[in-house]
Formats: sequence, structure tokens, C-alpha cells
Amino acid sequence: MTVKVRIPTQLRSLTSGLGQIDAEGETVGQVLNDVNRLFPGFNERVFDEEGKLRRFVNVFLADEDVRFLDGLETPVKSDQVISVVPAVAGG
Amino acid sequence: MLGKPAQCELNEKTWCQCPSDEEDHLSALIELVCKECSRHFKPEALHVCEFCFGPLEVSYDYEQISSSTLKEEIQNGPNTMWRYSKLLPVSDSLPVDLGAGFTPLIRADRLGSQLGLSHLYIKDDTRNPTGSFKDRVVSVALTKARQLGFKVAACASTGNLANSVAAHAARAGMEAYIFIPYDLEKAKVVTTAVYGSNLIAVKGNYDDVNRLCAELTSEVPDWAFVNVNVRPYYAEGSKTLAFEVAEQLGFNLPDHVVVPIASGSQLTKVDKGFEELKKVGLVNSNKVVRISGAQATGCSPVAQAFRQNDDFIRPVKPDTIAKSLAIGNPADGYYAMEAVRNTGGSIESASDPEIVEGIKLLARTEGIFTETAGGVTVANLVKLVESGVVDKDEVVVALITGHGLKTVEAIESSVGPTVTIEPKLNSFMEAYSELEFSSEIEVE
Repeated sequence: MTVKVRIPTQLRSLTSGLGQIDAEGETVGQVLNDVNRLFPGFNERVFDEEGKLRRFVNVFLADEDVRFLDGLETPVKSDQVISVVPAVAGG
Repeated sequence: MLGKPAQCELNEKTWCQCPSDEEDHLSALIELVCKECSRHFKPEALHVCEFCFGPLEVSYDYEQISSSTLKEEIQNGPNTMWRYSKLLPVSDSLPVDLGAGFTPLIRADRLGSQLGLSHLYIKDDTRNPTGSFKDRVVSVALTKARQLGFKVAACASTGNLANSVAAHAARAGMEAYIFIPYDLEKAKVVTTAVYGSNLIAVKGNYDDVNRLCAELTSEVPDWAFVNVNVRPYYAEGSKTLAFEVAEQLGFNLPDHVVVPIASGSQLTKVDKGFEELKKVGLVNSNKVVRISGAQATGCSPVAQAFRQNDDFIRPVKPDTIAKSLAIGNPADGYYAMEAVRNTGGSIESASDPEIVEGIKLLARTEGIFTETAGGVTVANLVKLVESGVVDKDEVVVALITGHGLKTVEAIESSVGPTVTIEPKLNSFMEAYSELEFSSEIEVE
């Protein structure tokens, strides 16, 4: 399954400046791991030492926070968009 | 009552809105530091750590700020929040300023008596130029944004911030793009739109709007989103609440402060403000100010985590009349909870009916009409007293952060005319005698 992944400014040094890339996977977690395959170093920035999403990283699938879905296990559909977004905003 | 004199004594320079060729004397601002991994960054338009996404905190040289004349300089400063410019991350020479801050600290004896508190004060931030504490943070944010070269201001808002960014951008001559949930209270929409900004109503809740703006920041980096890419500076404006409370108590710290929680930023900055006053030697450095948080039950992710003694804030879908606090995914929730735990406070939540009662209680006892966020503060203060968290002999300050005219929808079904009569003397006398009778029954 190919989905689009939106990359925030803070990670674009890893993606040669690209703000959106295509990646493969059946779940959100698999897609993010595929991003790491394409752009090594991605996982270290997004996941902590225990492999969990860092406290201040939010991931959205089709504009819905994956914490309201099945987290990294949430299945993806073709052409859906995953957004990686810094959590520190608003208020 | 302490606060602004009838005749404002600001000098003309403070009110000037023209960009200056003068060198900005930032002086004490050193750098930005990640609160998670402690990496250091230049004081630019950055809001999160580029490595771990942790929030960035403004760091100062407190030795440089401390001086034997600091108290006198503050007391001789303008009767606005800018009297504390040395403890803010921007110059005081030409702020984007509508006169925010130095709002009254009111001794609330009638409310205190009802609650059994001997020393209760209300920090009345309804008195700010656009009717909420947001004028403090926006004044700092747009001053910094202009200094960094931004021409466009933007924000994600539950309403109060929208009002303030629109007004301050108009004052500064900046273009503005303001993003709000489509279902905000009518007054908050009108009092934003009137300033001529681009007002974008988004079909979603605040968290949807916030996510959109967080993504937009990457696509339009030449816009200053006050609560995104210039957020570290913006948030510092809330420290002035703590500075003012202490100064208005004669440069003494209160025992306990009750703060509403939306993102949690305000609470963390009130805590930082008290700590900074200790660092620069303006108050007793041995005293800890207890800080308690107040949420609406319909959006209480921080209160829930606190209650469960959990470090993880689980996001929620808000459902409350307190729309200005309806942030289901609070950016500073973790750090707000940490500040409350470290100072020995608590975090409570209040239901919508309790919030309405809180609004009415404050109005009837102290003559202050607050929006729903203030109702949350008062309703939770009642609970904190009942549970014994707030001691009856403590010097307690409740932060009332927004004006009630912004959210009349919240109470319009529970207040209204006592009686409607014909324009005739007899008609009034009949109604009056009935009112007197019912009042006697109530007394009995």
C-alpha cells in the first residue's frame, strides 16, 4: 500500500527538503518505518529509546490523531495521507 | 483595589508603533533551550527542538537582570505589563502595545467570606484591551515577530487569542490570518472580524484548527503564527501575571494561585514568573507558591492524568461550554502537571452547570463578569476549598482571565429580567410587592 507522508520542517533536512513523500506499508507504524528506510535517521527523531512515539510528536492519519484510532497499528488505505506534526503548538 | 490610575502615565515613546532603527537592547535573553533534551538554539523563530520536538524555553542571564535598582525601575515603568520588560524576551523600546497588563488585583472579601477564605484576591484580567489575558502574550509575540522581520501575523484560536491578534495586528499595521473553529461564540467572532483581519472559520474543533496551523507553519514559514513558530516568546507574556500579583502584594508572594488550564502554558509561565522574581532578588527566595489548575470536566485531560498519577496526558474530544479552555490535546499539559506537583497544588475539574454557577457567584459577590474560563476557575476554587487543598488562611489568588461579554450564550438561559411589567406605576407596585413577598419567603 502506498500512502503519502507529510514531513514537518524540522525533519526536512533528512528528506532533502521534501515536504511530502510516498512510502509503503499496511499500518501507520509500517509506513513510518518505510520512511526510515528511505531516509535513515527518521526513526531516531520520531521514536524514543523504547520505540514509542516521542512525547511531543503527533501523527495524524487522514487528519485524525492516531491516538484516537489504533495508534501505530492503525491500518492505512491507498492514497491516504499521514502527517507528522510537532505537538507543541496552540494555547 | 490596586491597579491602573485613572490618568495613565505612559510616555509617548511606549505607545509608538513605528519600527525603529535603534538597536534592540535584548540584553538578558540568551538562547532557547529544549525542555526535553536540553539542546541549545539561537533565539530565532523556532518553537520545538529540531532533534526531539520538545518545547523550547527562553533562557535569560539573571545576573545581568538583577540590580539594586531593578525594583525602582519596575515601579517607575509604564502602568502596563511592559514595566517588566527586563524579564521579557524583547526590547521595551517600541512594543506592539495596546496597554495590556497591570490589571487590578482585587481583594475579594465577599466571595472569600462565602468560601470561608480569609485572604482571597481576584486578578482581574477581564480589564485588558480586548478583554482577556491573551493581550499579554500577543503583545510580546507581535513585538518579537516584528523584530524578527515578519510582516504577517497568524494564530489558531478558541476566540480570545483571535480578538487579541486581530487588534494588535491592526495596531502594528501587520496583515493577519486568524484561524478559529467555525462554531465559536458569536461575540468572539464579531470582535475579531471588526479589526479587518483575514478570519478563517474551520469546520472542526480547536484541535483540528491547531493541527492545521502547525502544518501550515511548515508551508508558510514567513508568517508569524504567534502560538506556533514564535510560541516560546509569546508564552513568556503570561509571566507578567505572576510579576504583577507579587508587586501588587508589595513584592510578596501569595501562598496559593488557582489557574485555568487549556494548553497549560499559562500555568507553567505563572510558575516560572514567581521563580524568576526569586532569582532576581525581588521576593523571598525561600517561599514556594502553591499552584493549582482548573479544567472543565468536558475537557479535562490534565486533571484526569493528575488524578490517576499518570505522566501521560491522554488527548480527549472536548465537550464543554468553556470553549476557551477546550483543548483536548494540551501542548504543555505535562509541564503544567509537573509544576502543580512540584508546588504541592492540585488539579480539579468542574461540570458545565458548576461553571455557570461559578460565573454567577463571582458576579454576585464581587461585581466581576467573567467568561466561562473564569467560571471554571471559581467553580474549581470552591472544590479546592471543600477538599482542603486550599487552606482557609492562605493568601489565595484566583486568575480571572476573560470578560463575560464574550460568552453570554453560556448563561443567557439562566439569567434575565426579574419581571416584565407595563409602563404604569400600579404595574410596578404590584410586581414590587410580589418581589418583596418572595424575598421574605427566601429569608425565612
